[in-house]
Amino acid sequence: MITFDRDPATYQHWRLSFDGPVATLTLDVAEDAGIEPGYKLKLNSYDLGVDIELRDALDRIRFEHPEVGAVVIASAKDRMFCAGANIYMLGKSSHAWKVNFCKFTNETRNGIEDTSEHSGLKFLAAVNGTAAGGGYELALACDEIVLVDDRSSAVSFPEVPLLAVLPGTGGLTRLVDKRNVRRDLADVFCTTAEGLGGAKAKAWGLVDEIAPPRAFAEKVQERAMALAAKTDRPHDAKGIALTPLKRTFDESGVHYEHVDVAIDAPARTIEITVHAPSANEAEELDAILEAGANWWPLAIARELDDAILHLRTNVREGGIWLFKTRGDLDAVLRIDRALDKHSGNWFVRETIGFLRRALGRLEVSSRSIYAVIDEDSAFAGTLFELALAADRSYMLASEENGPRVALSAMNFGPYTLPNGVTRLEARFGSESPKLAALRARVDAPMNAEEALNAGLITFAPDELDWEDELRLAIEERASLSPDALTGMEASLRFGGRETMATKIFGRLSAWQNWIFIRPNAVGEEGALKLFGSGSKPRFSWERI
Amino acid sequence: MTSMNYDERIPNNVDLSTNKTLQRALEHWQPRFLDWWKELGPAVFQNNDVYLRTATSVDREGWATFGMVRMPEYRWGIFLAERDPNRTIGFGDHIGAPAWQVVPGEHRSTLRRLIVTQGDTEPASVEQQRALGTTAPSLYDLRNLFQVNVEEGRHLWAMVYLLHAYFGRDGREEAEGLLERHSGDADKPRILSTFNEPIRDWLSFYMFAYFTDRDGKFQLKALAESGFDPLARTCQFMLTEEAHHMFVGDTGIGRVVRRTVEVMNELRTEDAQKVRAAGAIDLQTIQKYMNFWFSSALDLFGSEVSSNAASYFANGLKGRPDESLYEDHRADGDYTLSVPSGAETVPLRNAMNEVLRSAYVRDCENGVKRWNKIIEKGGINFELRLASPRFRRSVGAWSNVPTDPAGNSISAESFAGQIANWIPTPDDQAFVQSLMQPVLEQGKVAAWIAPPDRGINNLPVDYEYVRVG
Repeated sequence: MITFDRDPATYQHWRLSFDGPVATLTLDVAEDAGIEPGYKLKLNSYDLGVDIELRDALDRIRFEHPEVGAVVIASAKDRMFCAGANIYMLGKSSHAWKVNFCKFTNETRNGIEDTSEHSGLKFLAAVNGTAAGGGYELALACDEIVLVDDRSSAVSFPEVPLLAVLPGTGGLTRLVDKRNVRRDLADVFCTTAEGLGGAKAKAWGLVDEIAPPRAFAEKVQERAMALAAKTDRPHDAKGIALTPLKRTFDESGVHYEHVDVAIDAPARTIEITVHAPSANEAEELDAILEAGANWWPLAIARELDDAILHLRTNVREGGIWLFKTRGDLDAVLRIDRALDKHSGNWFVRETIGFLRRALGRLEVSSRSIYAVIDEDSAFAGTLFELALAADRSYMLASEENGPRVALSAMNFGPYTLPNGVTRLEARFGSESPKLAALRARVDAPMNAEEALNAGLITFAPDELDWEDELRLAIEERASLSPDALTGMEASLRFGGRETMATKIFGRLSAWQNWIFIRPNAVGEEGALKLFGSGSKPRFSWERI
Repeated sequence: MTSMNYDERIPNNVDLSTNKTLQRALEHWQPRFLDWWKELGPAVFQNNDVYLRTATSVDREGWATFGMVRMPEYRWGIFLAERDPNRTIGFGDHIGAPAWQVVPGEHRSTLRRLIVTQGDTEPASVEQQRALGTTAPSLYDLRNLFQVNVEEGRHLWAMVYLLHAYFGRDGREEAEGLLERHSGDADKPRILSTFNEPIRDWLSFYMFAYFTDRDGKFQLKALAESGFDPLARTCQFMLTEEAHHMFVGDTGIGRVVRRTVEVMNELRTEDAQKVRAAGAIDLQTIQKYMNFWFSSALDLFGSEVSSNAASYFANGLKGRPDESLYEDHRADGDYTLSVPSGAETVPLRNAMNEVLRSAYVRDCENGVKRWNKIIEKGGINFELRLASPRFRRSVGAWSNVPTDPAGNSISAESFAGQIANWIPTPDDQAFVQSLMQPVLEQGKVAAWIAPPDRGINNLPVDYEYVRVG
C-alpha cells in the first residue's frame, strides 16, 4: 500500500533548507530508493515516491514557514537538474499506475502555481544542468527559470522523439499557454531530443535567465530575493506545525479524526463521511492559530486530501464515492464565517488554499461521486462543496426535521475549480441570475424541496422511496463501463471556461493516456517498452 | 568573391574547392580556429620552426609529409579514408543495408551529439597541454608534443568538417561551440570533466597519451564502424595519426622507466628516496601515476549498463572496435558484468561500454609488459601493474566503492588511509614538478628520462627538431 504522508526528517530524495525569506528545495534523488522495486532512479529521475515528498515539502513551506516568500527548486547533482520521470519505471508500470502517477504529479505542479497565484509564495527553478522531460516540466511550473549557461546544459522534451509519448505533466501546455513560446518554435523544441541551452533557450522563451556557472549561484540568489520581496506573507509570524495525521487502516476502511472511509468491496462503493466541527471550534484568530493543524478546516482538508489520494492509488475498483456528512449545520456555517472574516490572515489563507486544492482533486478523480444528504447531515458552506463536486446528489425529503443544506460566503469565491470558476458558477453559468438569488440566501438553511427548486441538489426522494432509490442509483452506476464513465464525468464536470489546468487535465492528459495504451508506445515493439534495450521500436504508421 | 585557394591552404580529399557550402562554413570558422590556436594552443614556440608531419593526401606517400613549419602556418587538412562504394552497415538492426552517405534524419541529433562529444576532446587536450612546452625534457619530446597538438587540431577539423558538411546550421553552431568551450573554464568547460584538468608535468603527459588518448583510440575505432559512412571514413583516417600519440605515451613512459632502472643500478639501490635524490622518478611513483591515469580513463567509457550505448549499436551509429572480428553483428546475446553485488547479466547491447572498456584494458596491458621487460632486463625485482578496473572509479557500478588497486573491497576508512600509497600525493606531484626543467640544447635529454631509441623519420636523435634559437 502506498501512503502519502511524509516527514522531512525521513525524506530520501529532497532536502529542505531555509535562509530568511528564501527556502531551497534541493532534489537529490536516492537511486536505490524507488517506491517500487525494479528500477534505479538515476540522474535525478523521479517516481511517485519522489513526488510524494515534494508535495509534503511544499506543504511544510506553506504552513511551517510563513517567513518564506520565495522557494528555489534546485538540484544537488552535478550538471544535472532532473531527468524527469524514470523511464524504466514507466516502462514496467501498468496503465492505471501511469495515469494515477501523472495525475498526482500534475496536481503537485498545479499546486505550485495555485500557491503562487493565491498565497504570495513565488517559485524559482535553479536549473544547474540538464533538465529533461519532467525535469523541465517541474521548472515550467515555477514562476521563473534560471538556466546555467555552460555550453552544455539544456532544457529538453525528449518524449516525442525518444519515447513516443508526450511531456504529459503540463509541459506542452505551459510552453504555449504560460510562457507564450511560439507554437512553431515549440514544435521544433519538442521534437529535438537534446533540447536547447544558453542564449537560444532564453531567446525562444524557454527560460527567463541564463548565467554562466560562476555567476549562477549569485543570479539565483538575486532572482530569489527579488521574488521574495514581492511577497505579502508575514516575515515575523510563527509557523504552524503539520502534525502527523491521526489515521488508522483496518478491514472496513480508513479512519481519521473527522473523516471516515468505509469500503464496500463487493459493491465497489466507498462511503466517505466528513464530520462537522464541534460547537467550540475556534472562530477568533488567536484561538485559530493556537489550534494550528488541529483547527477543523485544516484538519478535514488534510484528512480528505489523504483519503482521496489513498483511494485513487490503493482502492482502484472502488468506482463510486458516496459523500456523507454528519454533525451540526450551524457549526459549519460559523467556521465558514471565521474563514471568510480572517481570510486575510496568512494561516487562514493557506488553510483555504489547502481546502481548494483538496476539493479540486475530486473533479479530476476518475470516480463517480454521489452526495448522500440524509438525516443528521451537515452539508453547509465548505462541506456543501462536496455536494456540488458530486456528479449527482440525493437529499432526503422529510416533512419535519429532515436534513437541511446551506450556502455560505465560502461557496462564492475561494474554492475555485481547476477552470478558475466556483462550483456554483460552473453549475449555473457565471452570468446566471440564479447566482445572485442564491447569494441572498447565504447562511439560510434549506430543506430538500427548497434545495431542489434552487437547483442545488439532483433528487429529493421521500422517506418511503429513499432507500430503494439510492440503492438502484448506486447499483445502476456500478454496472456501467468505468472507462466510459470516466470520460463522461470528466467532460461534464467543468462547465464554463478553460484554463491552463483544465487543458492539462482535459487535453494533454487525455492524449497522453491514449498514447499510453497505444502499441507505438507500450506494445511489445513500442518505444516505451523497448527504451534502453538497444532495440528499435516499430511504429504503425497509420495516423489516427 | 573569395581569393582563397582552398586546396593549397587546406589539403583535402573532399572536393573543397568546388563545395560552396563547405567553403562558406569554413571561411567563417577557419579564422576563429586560428585565433583559438594562437590564444589557447601551445604557450611557447608558436613562431619557431618545428619538424612536423602533415597529411597532404590519404595515400602512403601523402599521409606523412615531413618538414619544418611554424605551427600557426600548419596546413590542417580534411581527410577521409577512401570510400568503398559497396560498403554496407556492419552491425545492429540495419545490418546489410547500404552505408548512409548522408545523415538519416532520425539519427541527426544523436550523430551530432556523438561527433560533438568526440570533437570537444580534441581541442580540449591541446588546451590542457599548452604549458608543457616550457618544460620539455628534449627537443625531440618538444617536437612530439607539438606533433600531437597539431594533430589534435586536425582531428578537431575532421569533426568540424562533418558538422559543416552534414548538419546544416545546427552543425555550424556546434562547430562554433567547439571553439567557445575551454578546458578548465569554470563558465564554459569542456563537455567531459577529465578534459578540464591541466596537464602540469611530462610524466602526466605521457600517461595521458598512453591511457587517456587510448580511450580516444577505442572511441574512434567504434565510430570507424559507423553506418554513417563519412564519419566512419573520417575516424579511420584519424586512427592512423592517433597511433603516433599512443607511441609517444608508450615510449615516453618506457624511457622514464629505463632511466630509473639505470639510476637504480648505478646506485645499487631500491630505495625510492635515493632514486629521487639522484634526479630520477622512482618506480613506486610511476606506478601511482599509472593508477591515477588508468582509473580516470576507465571512467570515460561510461556506465557498464547504458541505454544510449545500446541504441547507438542498434541503430548502426557506433559499433564495437574491430567489429569484423565478432561473429554476431546483431549482438542479441547477453553479457555478464561484475558488479559490487556479484554477477549481473544484461543484454549485450546495453553492455557496449563495458565491451569497449574490456578491449581497452587488454590493449593497455601491452605497454605494461614492455615496461616490465625493461625493469626485468635491468635485474630489478619490481613489476608495474594495471590497477583493477574496480579501483577508484567515479562512473558506473563501481563508482565510489572503496577497493585496493587489486580490486579487493575494503572499508572506506582503509581506503582513505591508504590512497596516498596508491595515487600521487601533492608531495609526489611536487617532486615530479621539481624535475620539470627545460632541456633545449640540441641532443641533450633531461636526467629523469632516457633518450629515445631513434629519431623521427629516420633523422638522428640529436636533430634540431625545434629551432628554438
